[in-house]
Amino acid sequence: MHTEFLMGNEAIAMGAIAAGVNLVCGYPGTPSTEVLETVAKHRPEGTYVEWSVNEKTAMEMAGGAAYGGARALVTMKQMGLNVASDPLMCLSYIGVKGGLVVLVADDPGPISSQTEQDTRRFAAFAKVPVFDPSSAQEAYDMIQEAFALSEAYGMPVFLRPTTRVSHGYASIRVKDPEEYTRTVPEGFVKDSRRWVIFPRLSYQNHIKIEQRNERLAEAFSASPRNFILPAEGKMKDCRRGIATGGFSYTYAMEAREQAGAFPLLKIGNPYPFPEGKAVEFLKDLDEVLCIEELDPVIEQALIYVCGKYGLKTRILGKQTGHMPTAGENTRDSVADAIRLFLGLKAVKPAEDTPPALPVRPPVLCAGCPHRASFYAVKQAMKGQKTIFCGDIGCYTLGNAQPLDMVDTCLCMGAGLGIAQATSHLEPDTACFAFVGDSTFFASAIPGVVNAVYNQASFTLIVLDNSTTAMTGHQPHPGTGRTMMGEIVHCISIENILKGIGVETVETVDPLNHALAVETVRRVSALPGVKAIIFKSPCVVLARPQGRVTIDPEKCIGCRKCIREIGCPGLSFDGKKAVVDPAQCTGCSLCSQICPVQAIAGGEIHA
Amino acid sequence: MRKNIILCGVGGQGTVLASRLISAAAMARGLPVMSAETIGMAQRGGSVFSHLRIGEGIYSPMIARGEADLILGFEPGEAVRMLPWLKEGGQAVVSARPVMPVTSTLSGAAYSAEEMIAYLKEKVANLTIVDTEKALNDVGSPKVLNLILLGAALHAGALGFDETEMRDAILARIPPKFHELNLRALSWAGQQQAAK
Repeated sequence: MHTEFLMGNEAIAMGAIAAGVNLVCGYPGTPSTEVLETVAKHRPEGTYVEWSVNEKTAMEMAGGAAYGGARALVTMKQMGLNVASDPLMCLSYIGVKGGLVVLVADDPGPISSQTEQDTRRFAAFAKVPVFDPSSAQEAYDMIQEAFALSEAYGMPVFLRPTTRVSHGYASIRVKDPEEYTRTVPEGFVKDSRRWVIFPRLSYQNHIKIEQRNERLAEAFSASPRNFILPAEGKMKDCRRGIATGGFSYTYAMEAREQAGAFPLLKIGNPYPFPEGKAVEFLKDLDEVLCIEELDPVIEQALIYVCGKYGLKTRILGKQTGHMPTAGENTRDSVADAIRLFLGLKAVKPAEDTPPALPVRPPVLCAGCPHRASFYAVKQAMKGQKTIFCGDIGCYTLGNAQPLDMVDTCLCMGAGLGIAQATSHLEPDTACFAFVGDSTFFASAIPGVVNAVYNQASFTLIVLDNSTTAMTGHQPHPGTGRTMMGEIVHCISIENILKGIGVETVETVDPLNHALAVETVRRVSALPGVKAIIFKSPCVVLARPQGRVTIDPEKCIGCRKCIREIGCPGLSFDGKKAVVDPAQCTGCSLCSQICPVQAIAGGEIHA
Repeated sequence: MRKNIILCGVGGQGTVLASRLISAAAMARGLPVMSAETIGMAQRGGSVFSHLRIGEGIYSPMIARGEADLILGFEPGEAVRMLPWLKEGGQAVVSARPVMPVTSTLSGAAYSAEEMIAYLKEKVANLTIVDTEKALNDVGSPKVLNLILLGAALHAGALGFDETEMRDAILARIPPKFHELNLRALSWAGQQQAAK
């Protein structure tokens, strides 16, 4: 063993490697992405790693590997589990042979997600056991236990970190390579009575799953992952306790250091719920406050336990108004709630009125080609009745002022469905769906097939920056790189669209503003489904070294550059526009719209 | 040693690397370290922070209100935003240069760095304001604000690590072709002191 400073997601990856993982696949999604990237970086010999095209494919890959006795890890964010839920639900019934760990990172807040859904809840729905780590160290240890448990019971197992666990760093104890487990899979063995899901098999397996989960609940009650800290010191007669799990455990423990050692129940396996351990905790307490994020999973489980075992303990939490129902917990919100619950004096924050602080919503980077694409469509469609359906990625930020070019955003690929439905019902509206290149491969292709076949009429705008930018620049089938380090043939978006039957597919550099506007005008006026691929690399990857300069003699201070495109590299000093050289990439979009040619330099895109 | 440090600024300013360098120095001294930061969508020009906690007996990487020993502010307004986390008598090292939010550039709403700095001066006795324009000019790169600030904190005696420890962290964590530039930025504050 040795100590390393690791991000929670890196710790999970190193834990999987230590457990002898044979196959790792997934789809990028904050806060889960770094797990797979770290495995790829350290890839031990004989381990296969890939970014799959989407979560459903990844789940099926991982299931297939585990059928053959391999240890498999599949990674995604909580929204990705929705996409992968079809194979997951069936894998739960069919079972596996090798260890299969499903890593799903939840996002309380939410900080970068559409929903605050709770994978602990999904675990109960899917009847799949779940480990809920509270720290990088625990995540490292738990993933190894999860592989062993999965193999021992022949079932998939969830590991569910949340953002702060996944993205927090800590110096933790990790194994040396000599201590790693080596897994040599037996390989797939034909047995159609086991691997072919039929109603009768599902019925038989359902009975076994329910029996198994009862046994697991007992095993979890005996596991050190679910433990009680008794009342001590000045709190030793305290009949009020805290039940907690996940990252909130760290907040509760900090509060326990400050307020005194109250009784505490830590749940590391929220499903199947360790009832025995809960009864042991509840029997001597009058009241328990549940501190957890997302759904009241522990809270409802404890209420259930009280009913089942005839306990009189009052269970407080989200459902009683003692804890917030939505959003992230914080050190302070938990400390305040615990002090109030224990009847201790509240710590008052100093009263103060700081000056008004600027709001800083996230924005498209200076030089981002998406800005130019949105601006071109906006200019081309001025005065027409339109709907601009957005999607998931950096380009969701096209909704911000002054671009204001995202009318809808739902989930990956949904923009195509919304645009085509609108085209059927409102034929006088010019319908647009914007989709990024990675999202195109992940979830837009069936939408295009649907639209072409069913005679929809809209313009598909593919914002192709040749990477999966928002999650940190992962490769995808259009980039020509794999996670195994191979250079491979790119899959052409243009060819896919043409193959489906989209007759007009034009590829344009969005930073050539005049040409981009002309193309949108011309193409969007055509009937049926048509596509424009705005192709220009992500500036964070390409790092263009150009800079524009503004001639203060020529600048008339009209603010058009600022008003029209909202580039964070431009500001106004009161009289003239000024460029921030630390941000400018020289994309020259501003110089192309300056009415007096005061902006020079940068790249030429004509 | 037990130390709670908050680094705050605007996405893209290099707060994460600065946090990582302090962590490396702490690890080299054999101290346990925890940290947490903003990753993902908010990085694109949004307010970002990094919480860094060094020492034994720590459960959570997050710092509570009034618990930070040091705020390393990469932007004056962002330093003001995090001020409730500074403990009484805590220290702040803040870049004087504002980053204009697109929202106020667009609306023309006033955002005055002077007002922010005046407020910091009123509230924080142990405050170092860094002349960022001069520093970046002297060092000759717009991209090394993080090392300038680390150097300023170092020379204000706020880090708890000495210059050798920070130099070793840079050599260990940053690619060789950037060593010279980053070391120059780290030593800038020391040279200013020496010149006075």
